[in-house]
Amino acid sequence: MKTDEQPKTTEPSSENRGIGVPVPNRTLPLLRTEKLMLNMGPQHPSTHGVLKIILDLEGERIIKATPVLGYLHRGVEKLAEDGTYHQFIPHTDRLDYVCAMYNNFAYVRAVEKLLDMKVPERAEYLRTIVAEVQRIIGHLFWLGTQALDIGAMTVFFYTFREREVLLDFFDDLCGARLTTSWYRIGGVENDIRPKLIENLRRFLENFSEKLDEYNALLETNRIWLARTKNVAVISAEDAVSFGLSGPSLRGSGVDYDLRKYEPYGAYDKVEWEVPVGKNGDTYDRYWIRILEMKESAKIVKQCLDQLPEGPYMVEDPRVTLPPKDKVFTNLEHMIRQFKLFTEGFRTPVGEIYSGTEAHKGELGFYIVSDGTGKPYRLKIRAPSFIHMGAFDAMARGYMIADIVTIFGTYDIVMGECDR
Amino acid sequence: MHPTAEKIQQKFPEAFVSWKEWRGDLAVTIKKDAVVPVGRYLHDDPEMDFDYIVHVSSVDYPDDEERFEVVYEFYSIPRRQRIRVKARVTEEDSTIDSVTGIWKGAEFMEREVFDMMGIRFNNHPDHRRILMPDEYDEGWPLRKDFPLAGKGWRDTFEFITEGTHRKET
Repeated sequence: MKTDEQPKTTEPSSENRGIGVPVPNRTLPLLRTEKLMLNMGPQHPSTHGVLKIILDLEGERIIKATPVLGYLHRGVEKLAEDGTYHQFIPHTDRLDYVCAMYNNFAYVRAVEKLLDMKVPERAEYLRTIVAEVQRIIGHLFWLGTQALDIGAMTVFFYTFREREVLLDFFDDLCGARLTTSWYRIGGVENDIRPKLIENLRRFLENFSEKLDEYNALLETNRIWLARTKNVAVISAEDAVSFGLSGPSLRGSGVDYDLRKYEPYGAYDKVEWEVPVGKNGDTYDRYWIRILEMKESAKIVKQCLDQLPEGPYMVEDPRVTLPPKDKVFTNLEHMIRQFKLFTEGFRTPVGEIYSGTEAHKGELGFYIVSDGTGKPYRLKIRAPSFIHMGAFDAMARGYMIADIVTIFGTYDIVMGECDR
Repeated sequence: MHPTAEKIQQKFPEAFVSWKEWRGDLAVTIKKDAVVPVGRYLHDDPEMDFDYIVHVSSVDYPDDEERFEVVYEFYSIPRRQRIRVKARVTEEDSTIDSVTGIWKGAEFMEREVFDMMGIRFNNHPDHRRILMPDEYDEGWPLRKDFPLAGKGWRDTFEFITEGTHRKET
């Protein structure tokens, strides 16, 4: 059959092409083409929680991706207004439940900034050690699950083997593995025992070999390379404009790490570097996370060497609990204990923002205080939520199978995203 | 006076309301109509260069004449400096211009402010609720007059007691 008709082309408009791989201009004369809408999630194993994405597809290409959030919304910011400052610490565990320690750290730092409080040096070191161990756990978790989502199951078993050792370290340190609540306003809950320092040292000795093991599985793996290289590319300019942070921003080549440029804890007393990527794709972010784990191991080692003696909790009657044995025998101590638990401590009137570099990105707390024992307003700047804002721009133009990689590239946790 | 605040005052004498520096945080309050021009100036001017948006938030002061305060936090990656810009809106006219055209990340943050506090953003590309369901009609959860336990919607959910499901089948 001969026709004079021009074959129909499926050339997408310039706005549909997004910033990803350009959609090829194919000629499809006999196929009926139509846009397809697909719901992905909320219950999908690769969404790491309950995230729904509405995909507009043209064949297998994504032309628009709309995230639907809120399936895990618990109103944490509203709850914060009803409790004392101490009572909010366990709530922070449940934000990013994979890395509770860092959430605690970010929150207590914000309250300390509000109180203008200085923490003892030993506490600063202990906080830095535990935070970096938590960063290693977070990146190991990311690496395992990301590889699992892409199809490399073995890596998952390897990374979770090491993660387990570190979680046992947390277990010995504070009695909990995931929801730790170990940080306190003004210090930490308890001191580290010499046995644990020894265990941690022994773990760090072999850790770089373990990293080489993961890399041996992935670095030259064709499938891993094909599914991460040039996937979810974002330019440095766009990444900054969207407010990305952490490895997602550094993968695009922007040197932005709060640990380095607004130092807190003991980060300015140890030697380490900020790894920065170049291409802004998933592979660069993977590589940055591997390098960050190495840097974290370096930081922990140096902190353990330098660990000073001294108190691990500040002696400040506003926030410090009285010694337990005195509470039952001494009236003044009992009253102080009672008042701290019922009323909480009073903070000066004012507002502060304190940002902390968690392993996913900048975790910030904006606290408005009206001088009572409860926060007047507490806003959580959650990196996962802000990263979802860039999802549409990063997913356009890719294949439907790449969606899983793009979820994973941010290291998203819905508990933090929905709050 | 803080040099950054002084420059903003010189550039926008009409819109500038006040400034404050506390605990090392610089906060500048401006009039709500000037949010976009001031934002444009902070973003584009090479002396300011606030290229990174940290968060958009809002605070409710029910007793004040201008009830809500919209809070923007910006960061300059090249100059490593922070600034907080605040603007008051009234309850009757709780609208403010969107800065999504300047910082792309503002889109989701402003949607969250709308969802939680009911402040509307003019010229927003996708003005919908984000965390609460689309059909949610109990109001704005983070306002101070919203009770902590909600307004009864969640009590209407069917409660399934243990064992009932097994008996029926």
